[in-house]
Amino acid sequence: MAELFSKKNKEALNTPLLKNNPVTVQVLGICSALAVTSKLEPAIVMGLSVTIIVSMANVIISLIRNTIPNRIRIIIQLVVVAALVTMVSEVLKAFAYDVSVQLSVYIGLIITNCILMGRLEAFAMQNGPWASFLDGIGNGVGYAAILVIVAIVRELFGSGALLGIQVIPQALYDAGYINNGLMLMAPMAFFLIACIIWVQRAKDKSLQE
Amino acid sequence: MKILRNYLNKIKPNFEEGGKLHAFRSVFDGMETFLFVPNDTAKSGVNIHDAIDSKRIMSLVVIALVPALLVGMYNIGYQNYMAAGIDGTWYQMFLYGLLAMLPKIVVSYLVGLGIEFVVAQFKGEEIHEGFLVSGLLIPMIVPVGCPLWILAIATAFSVIFAKEVFGGTGMNIVNVALIARAFIFFAYPSVISGDTVWVATDSIFGLGADLPDGYTCATALQFVANGSEITGATGAALCPIDMLTGLMPGSIGETSVIAIALGAILLLWTGVASWKTMLSVFVGGIAMSLLFQYTLPENSVAQVPFWQHLILGGFCFGAVFMATDPVTSARTETGKYIYGFGIGAMAILIRVLNPGYPEGMMLAILLMNVVAPFIDYCVVQSNVNARARRLTKKN
Repeated sequence: MAELFSKKNKEALNTPLLKNNPVTVQVLGICSALAVTSKLEPAIVMGLSVTIIVSMANVIISLIRNTIPNRIRIIIQLVVVAALVTMVSEVLKAFAYDVSVQLSVYIGLIITNCILMGRLEAFAMQNGPWASFLDGIGNGVGYAAILVIVAIVRELFGSGALLGIQVIPQALYDAGYINNGLMLMAPMAFFLIACIIWVQRAKDKSLQE
Repeated sequence: MKILRNYLNKIKPNFEEGGKLHAFRSVFDGMETFLFVPNDTAKSGVNIHDAIDSKRIMSLVVIALVPALLVGMYNIGYQNYMAAGIDGTWYQMFLYGLLAMLPKIVVSYLVGLGIEFVVAQFKGEEIHEGFLVSGLLIPMIVPVGCPLWILAIATAFSVIFAKEVFGGTGMNIVNVALIARAFIFFAYPSVISGDTVWVATDSIFGLGADLPDGYTCATALQFVANGSEITGATGAALCPIDMLTGLMPGSIGETSVIAIALGAILLLWTGVASWKTMLSVFVGGIAMSLLFQYTLPENSVAQVPFWQHLILGGFCFGAVFMATDPVTSARTETGKYIYGFGIGAMAILIRVLNPGYPEGMMLAILLMNVVAPFIDYCVVQSNVNARARRLTKKN
């Protein structure tokens, strides 16, 4: 058991959460972070889907990494990811139809999410299945955390609600408060992600260039 | 003057290292250099020193804004009295406008300068003087019905994201005041467009009158966009004289062409603003509106005579005070013509072709702000190429 959480494995799980966050440090997966974060619910589902897909794909690729011919490895990685994405998409359509309508093409577009290909190429091709699984979980959660933070701010100030439940009291609206329409547009997600990166780099000196 | 100088010298030690009020050194420094031209000289390199520094330039622009501000204040009161149908003397109207306008100016300066002071103190730098102008421009380009808290958020947003993140005054890519307006425009469209915000609807300290709920009055450009006759606060048609004097609904500072012209004369006479930019904005506007007049006979906005396009909405205000901003406009002399022409042409283009946006001046200037460095690059590069060709020809 001690081996399962060796120092190296812990690192694979921990670093993507903060120090090497896929969104704020590697700046990957920005497209979907802008598109699905105007409400909290789709952001959570999206983060969950990516976490499941990246960890499963990491395990599968890691298991067959020694038999993949080097020349066609990208195609094989894509096939694995595409199969997983299709499965997740079908599950969502069956059990969470409303959310899958809101997410529309973005579930399908997880295939093109750079985080997946990046992790498969950089980690799963060189490491064993357990370490790859932890790495996938770490990256997926790191991605999901940023999505959720951005979505909380956007839904709270853009719609005055969280998970569809009104949070800002009606009395405030009667006093003249107005929801910020810019929060619901993609540009504001850029500003918010930029702010997160700003805070993170101000705190962590090793990230400053 | 002498007394003021002596007083400043007397209190100065308090703000220096080890003094009681060292924490407020940037505030003192900002005030001192605002009142007196600093005596510092550059320590290294060869420098050409102009007699006028940037704090003095900013003060000149503020003075140039005063006529438009005063007429804007009077107009706030005038519109309210007109809409309520009551008589008032001119000073009652002016006082009403002053009282309506003053909180906006205070909020804008308080928020903007507050952020500037904190940043300067935090970084240990001198206070930047750029907000002197922006702080007055922001309340002048919003409608009178814009709530103070929205103005405060917009000011904070624009000072942080349009200015401080780029490195402060002189480093911003786009016009700070216009970013504040654009922020309100996209975040809170209901307080900066539509037909309920352009006339003050409440009485202030017994001045003016409470207008009935549901009172509406659109701006001239909104009437134009709907293809209807331009009417004022009472519903009577506006004549071109009203459009020139500025006694019509609109953003606070933008309505009076005559007052803006006074400011323009001061800016051009002192050489603070470039006549090339200013002229080419108008040329661009005229060219584009004439083009549309002959090519789009069905479009009601395109059929507005070109001179009316220039005196309605924020065209003049933008051309005189926004387009000529030396930081965000093109720096090369040829570039200024291209830059100005682009602003005028884009403003009319947006007005005519996008029915959702009755006014295009804000977006046109912001767009050209972004393009300006590219224009400069092209102008410089073509000059380099021309000289290289001349050189090779000679040899």
